[in-house]
Amino acid sequence: MKHESLEINSGLLILFTLIAISIGGLAEIIPLYYIDDTVEKVDGVRPYTPLELRGRDIYQREGCYTCHSQMIRPFRDEHLRYGHYSLAAESKYDHPFQWGSKRTGPDLARVGEKYSDAWHVAHLEAPRSVVPESIMPGYPWLLENELDYTSIEKRMRALRMTGVPYALTEEENQANVDKYGPEVAAKLDITRADDSLIEQAIARNYDGDPSRLTEMDALVAYLQMLGTLVDFSKYEQGHFAEFR
Amino acid sequence: MANTTDKPKTGGAVQTTGHAWDGDIQEFNNPLPTWWIWAFYLTVAFAVIYWILYPAWPMGKGFTTGVSEVTFESGGKEVTTHWNTRARLAHEMQASDEAQRQREYLERVASADFNTIFGDADMMAFAQSTAKGIFGDNCAPCHGSGGAGVTALFPNLADDDWLWGGSVDDIQTTIQHGRRGYMPPFKQTFNEQQLADVTDYVLGLSGHQVDPEAAKRGQAIFQGETGGCYYCHLTDGTGRKSQGAANLTDAIWTMIDVPGAADMDAKRRLVSGVISNGVTRIMPPWDGRLSPEQIKLLSVYVHELGGGQ
Ligand code: HEC
Ligand code: HEC
Ligand code: HEC
Repeated sequence: MKHESLEINSGLLILFTLIAISIGGLAEIIPLYYIDDTVEKVDGVRPYTPLELRGRDIYQREGCYTCHSQMIRPFRDEHLRYGHYSLAAESKYDHPFQWGSKRTGPDLARVGEKYSDAWHVAHLEAPRSVVPESIMPGYPWLLENELDYTSIEKRMRALRMTGVPYALTEEENQANVDKYGPEVAAKLDITRADDSLIEQAIARNYDGDPSRLTEMDALVAYLQMLGTLVDFSKYEQGHFAEFR
Repeated sequence: MANTTDKPKTGGAVQTTGHAWDGDIQEFNNPLPTWWIWAFYLTVAFAVIYWILYPAWPMGKGFTTGVSEVTFESGGKEVTTHWNTRARLAHEMQASDEAQRQREYLERVASADFNTIFGDADMMAFAQSTAKGIFGDNCAPCHGSGGAGVTALFPNLADDDWLWGGSVDDIQTTIQHGRRGYMPPFKQTFNEQQLADVTDYVLGLSGHQVDPEAAKRGQAIFQGETGGCYYCHLTDGTGRKSQGAANLTDAIWTMIDVPGAADMDAKRRLVSGVISNGVTRIMPPWDGRLSPEQIKLLSVYVHELGGGQ
């Protein structure tokens, strides 16, 4: 076949373009389905609690990912600044993941428990009140807006359909109890989502105002768990190279 | 439009695609530039070399791992594996020039006591430059890049007033385990008069001109069981270190900007505000997130920010 026949026949051109592109795509995607090493076997990773899940929604709504990545790459400089590189397992319950590719601000993959709740609240309300050099915009409305969690059950059901182990039946709940212990399992129970959301917000009072449940409570709860689930002191340096 | 009759790139007869639009608009069909064609062949060759050297194609249950290898140490054993970024990081952290040079210093810091470090210009230079980066990444968001802090939220580390002690050992303990500065709110405890009295007593401790009668009544509250302030701030007001309680007798304030207030009334409002509302401030622990050597370097750095004792 002469190249010219490809060039002057748009149907054929589309077909061959698709084939050329698919080779790259398929070579990356297909192995994910049968190489079981891509997601590391590691203890501690659990789905988000209802409060954290709402916080994550707000994180996406406000577009935090446009300035912040959540992906520490395996480079020495990133290791020294942010900590252990991110594992695939750590975002296996993320739909969609928040890896990002733009770093106007620092990576947030391990920001959990690095700062106090009070710092996050002050920083999100008015970043320059605590970091004078900051160019991050303020989000003062997070403290004003009551947290709307009416749709939390639906959100968890939707994620359950993608394979996140939120429990609907007693059987699923029991499986979570066996896997994560009763305390965590209670938070993954869709039928008790409202209660456990309120319970978590009251227990720690993330936004510093015990009288209200605000969007700030949810967002700070989410930020404070980022990257905290895996205890890396249990693994040898280089252990995770095995999964590559 | 100007009449642009481009010449074909190759000499000789004009080659066109053969179409004519709107009667006379034609399209040249020049061959691709030679440099472009060669660049294309080069990328193809690059891809093939890459496939040979590095992990590339999925195959059966695995993938072609390439011929490049990386060696690193894991759990006391030497591991050699096909090239991948994680193995390369482990190798770099263990064996790169920078890592080795840094480790040499870190081992010296780990085995030296603080006095030795302070006396060794070489180690001090290392501490200053390394800890500056660690401070910027971890501490500056709260304490400020120069350590000046934020009134009410985060204490100043560059002055010589310390809540939890300013010796380098105290500073190290603070960084390792974090601190929780707590003072209960006295809103419910005091009536308006009592609050005003104790406020005057507190301001008097730092040499302000206050109503002596009110201060006397305030003293009884401060030193007695009504307020119990003496338990944390001590009877002389200098502050109990194990509670992280502020020194009330000096001109340095951590929760409120008393020296900056316009007049005595404004100062009184600030002080009575703190007493009514109490304080809860949290300094996070860094054990685990930072290595013992990093914490040691930071202790030296913070000590040298201005006010170490
Ligand atoms: C315009 C870009 C931009 C956007 C949008 C943005 N940030 Fe930031 N963020 C920054 C910059 C720059 C910094 C570093 C300076 C600072 O600490 O404020 C930062 C710092 C942070 C930090 C501290 C990280 C650390 O390790 O010190 C957190 C947490 C954070 N941002 C959360 C958020 C959240 C949550 C949102 C969305 C509500 C958000 N940011 C939106 C630019 C941005
Ligand atoms: C989330 C904010 C935050 C971060 C991050 C933070 N600190 Fe602090 N730090 C505080 C607060 C709040 C206090 C005061 C605690 C209190 O009220 O007693 C404090 C107190 C201290 C003190 C004791 C001061 C005194 O007067 O006794 C030292 C020393 C200190 N921090 C050093 C550091 C270092 C070093 C780092 C970085 C590794 C750091 N801090 C990171 C919030 C923070
Ligand atoms: C449980 C211990 C505790 C008790 C009791 C207590 N305080 Fe405090 N107070 C603190 C601490 C701790 C701070 C420093 C806040 C910080 O940095 O964490 C402080 C700070 C203050 C400050 C602000 C000082 C500054 O530098 O900005 C004032 C004023 C004060 N206390 C007055 C009082 C008075 C008056 C009483 C009694 C009615 C009292 N405190 C009782 C622990 C206590």
